[in-house]
Formats: sequence, C-alpha cells, structure tokens
Amino acid sequence: MSLELKLKLEHGDFTLDIEQRLPSQGVSAIYGPSASGKTSVLRAIAGLDKSSSGLVKFNQRVWQDGSQFVATHQRELAYVFQEPSLFEHLSVKANIEYGFKRVPLMSRAITPAYAIKALCLSGLLERDTQTLSGGERQRVAIARALCCNPALLLMDEPLSALDKGSKAEILPMLVALRDSSAIPIIYVSHALDEVARLADHLVLMEKGRVVASGDIQSMLTQLDLSLAQDVDAESLIDAVVASHDEQFELTYLDSPVGRFSVLKRPLAIGEKVRLLIAARDVSITRELQQNTSILNIFPAMIEQIESAGAAQVTVRLSANNLPVLARLTKKSSSLMNLTVGDSVYLQAKSVAIL
Amino acid sequence: MFSEADIVALLLTLKLAAISTLLLIVFGTPLAWWLAKSHWRFKFLIEALVALPLVLPPTVLGFYLLVAFSPQSTIGRAFESVVGQPLAFSFAGLVVGSVIYSLPFVIQPLQNAFIAVGRRPLEVAATLRASPFDRFFSVVVPLAKPGFLSAAILGFAHTLGEFGVVLMIGGNIPGETQVASIAIYEHVESMQLASAHWLSAALLLISFCLLVLVYATNPKARVMRL
Repeated sequence: MSLELKLKLEHGDFTLDIEQRLPSQGVSAIYGPSASGKTSVLRAIAGLDKSSSGLVKFNQRVWQDGSQFVATHQRELAYVFQEPSLFEHLSVKANIEYGFKRVPLMSRAITPAYAIKALCLSGLLERDTQTLSGGERQRVAIARALCCNPALLLMDEPLSALDKGSKAEILPMLVALRDSSAIPIIYVSHALDEVARLADHLVLMEKGRVVASGDIQSMLTQLDLSLAQDVDAESLIDAVVASHDEQFELTYLDSPVGRFSVLKRPLAIGEKVRLLIAARDVSITRELQQNTSILNIFPAMIEQIESAGAAQVTVRLSANNLPVLARLTKKSSSLMNLTVGDSVYLQAKSVAIL
Repeated sequence: MFSEADIVALLLTLKLAAISTLLLIVFGTPLAWWLAKSHWRFKFLIEALVALPLVLPPTVLGFYLLVAFSPQSTIGRAFESVVGQPLAFSFAGLVVGSVIYSLPFVIQPLQNAFIAVGRRPLEVAATLRASPFDRFFSVVVPLAKPGFLSAAILGFAHTLGEFGVVLMIGGNIPGETQVASIAIYEHVESMQLASAHWLSAALLLISFCLLVLVYATNPKARVMRL
C-alpha cells in the first residue's frame, strides 16, 4: 500500500524530476522552499496538471502512466487548495455537501455532520461564504474535502495564507483528523512548525528534486540536511502523558528519552503527544548537574558534530537511541572538548507540546 | 394607436427575437466556452469572424445571406428540399440571419463571463468528483449567470433593432417577414408619421427596459468588450 510517483515536468527553466514512494497511511509532508516544485507534485497526483509525464500509482490503481490518464474526478482523492476556493454561489452547507453528493452511497463513511463537528462549523452553515473569515473559509474547504470520503487527501499549504490565530485554531483540528481517520494525507508546506506537528513522513524538496525522505524524527535531525542546519532546527520526541503534579502544577510525560516535566496542561493520562525541543534550547554538560533550575536532564551520547555558521556547532545526540539536536557555540564545544562517542547529559531548557 | 398590422409586426419581431436568442444561447454557449478555454494558435481568426457582424454593413451580410439562400445555392436547395419552401423571404431565413447578425452580442458576454469564472472553481469541482458536464452546469452556469443574462438580453434587444439584414433577405411580407423596424420604414415612406411614432416609441421603450435590466444585473461588468 503506497503512492508511487515518477514525475517529469518542464516549465520554462523549471524542471521537476522525482521518483518517490510515499506511505499510504499517516501524514506525508512535502517540505521545501517556495518554487521547489511541491505544488507541481501535488497537482500531478491529482491529475490537475496534464503536462507532467510519468507514473502515478496509488494502492495498485494506476492513475497515470505512459498509456493512460485517469481524469481528476475519477481519482478517489480530495484536494485542499492554498486559497479556500469555496463556491461563491453556494451556501456553506451546500459547499460541504458538494462532493458528498457525488460520492457513491457505499463510500459515504464521513458524513457532513461528522465533518461539521470535526471542524466546528455548526454555527456557520447558513452563512454566505463571502461573509466568512479566512480561517472559517479554509475550515469549510477542509470539511468539503473530507466529505468526499477520499482514499487520499491532498493539502497544498492550507494554513499558509492564514493569520496566526486561525492557524493555531485549525492545526489541532488537523492533528485530531490525522489521529481519528485512516485517510492518508499528503501535506505540502514550507512551515516547519506545521510539518513537525503533523507529519509522520517527510519528503524534502529543492529545485524540483527530492533531496531526502524518511520518517520525520530522523529527517529533522540529519545534520547534512537543511532542516537541522536551520536556525530553528528542532528534535521531535513521541511521549505519553504519565501524571499531573498538583502541588507544582506540572505535567509529567514519559518518552524513550526519559520523563519530561512541563507546565501543567489539560491533557488526559495516557494521551499521546509530540514534544518538540529546539536545538538552541538544549545545552550539554559533562556531569549530571545537581544545582540547576533545569528539570529536563537526560543522559545521552554524542553522535555527530557539524559546524553551523561561523560561531556555532550543531551536535546530534543519541538519548536512548533517539536523536536530539543541541546548538552550542564553537567556543563551548572546544572548551569542553566534545568528541563523537562521549557520554554526556543533555539539558532541555524548554519543551513544546504539540 | 397601433393598427392590427402594427401589432402583427411587433409580435413577429418579439417572436423572431425570442427564437433567435434561444438558438444563440444554445449554440453560442459551446462556442463561447471554446473561445474562453482554447489555446489554439489561430483562435483569433474565429474571434474576428464572430465579431464581423459588429462592423459589417448589414446590407453586406444580408446580400451574402441572400446569395446563400437562393435556390441555386447548395444551402438554399438543401433547405428547400427538406422543408418544402425557400429560405429566402421566409421567417426561417430571418431567424438564420438574426442568429448570425446578433452572434457577437451573445458570444462576447458569455466568453467574458467564462473567463471571469477562472480555472480554480473548475479544478475544485473536479477534485470533488464532478465530471466535466456536471462541472459546467453546477459551477460555471451559476457563476456565469450575469453573463448569460447579459448575453440573452443583448441578443434579444439587438435582434429587435435589426433592419438592413431583414430588408435584404426578408422583404416586407406581413405576418411572415415584416418586423417592426421594416413597418416603421413603411409608415415613414407612406407619410403615416403617427403610426411610425407609436411603433418607434414601442421599440424604444422595450430596448431601453432591456438595457436597464442588463446594467442593473451587471453593475460592475462591462457589458460589451470590443
């Protein structure tokens, strides 16, 4: 079960040339700078761009190869565009039902009622689409796509045109969607925070080519990739809510790295969360510090050290076989004489829960 | 006021305009769609051809139609053998002439409306399982509704005012080819100015109301783009 892609496309001086197999479960992010060809890939998968040649095969169904081209409306997919693109002549409700009405009765598992609830749209149904805010429009567009009951959901930077508030509102809905439905999602984005929060698999694109691809955790921490070289480089750790500390108002989270303490959050015990630790918030000590204000300290081993700009290095640590990045000054690294293979302690000053 | 012959002429004019408009919408829509979507290198030739009735003297158009309708021509012969009467100087001939004469007035608003709909709503509909036909009727037609309205009204109004073409191919047969504009000409020729006044006023009023309707329903759109 997978999505197989072999695509070639030329547009003036832009060339797209990729050969990629994506898992047909969870969220696969296509990540890269603008004009790297991410949207072209998505459009080719959807059959919206007939000028790309090659192969598109989804779960044994050939959508495009040398001899055939299945029209977009006959591919079992749905597409969320960067701009919500609602039908202006239809009400919110009619927009949501547009695809649903065109899906065979057999495959109507997701109903408008479900989508309306999942995207908190019950108050907007009778509204004219023109009167909605950007965030509301995009939520309607996502609900409309879901009601198509697609076997594959394609999303092209669905949050990039929105303000911070709307983004913060919709992202958790997408996370809930990923966890509650079995629909594989291909998510195009150039925002690392969205990708880190949503994706299970990451395809890194640059100038029409795939630079690397793999599971999100290892992709974020590969020192030879742009993600780990970024100022905002970060590491991702899966954790489970273990308990709440009523006295200090803290929440404890268990992960393979160890037990994390974070400011108390209204999370259920046993709930799965993603922890994100910025490389610049991680420091390294040789000995276990006793008198420190930092709570999250874990043993680790230095795996790799790479220069990051003139004054800094990025250190890839292995904490119980999970990769964690630390960004240090070259001076500290030199003073501490850090070398690959050293056993050290990592101190995480701040941990974000996704 | 109106003589019986005037009323017959007015009703004939309205009937001609209604039938021509219907045919223009039915056959003009696919042509306008093609003009709006095609990337054919020589599309401009078809566009120029469609716009020709805007600049051509109606008598020139009428003359060529008359030649085409004559029983000696292929078209004229074919029509006569099927229908049993000649195309020239018949109501059917007037309909053909009106359709050609008013073609740009229907094609251009439609073409502009289709262009204004853009590619995106169609792409969205395609990703929501709508077939090409379904997309056209569920997305393009409602979004281009003002364009359809303009096209229909302008086609209708322009056919009402047709004179030169009718004079060439229809002549002046009451109840068959004598439309209002021809009847007015007749009245003036025979110095029946009061009758000419009434009939002219009727055409003026109808045309004005129709145009008011176009501009009221299309406050932003430019009705004609040439």
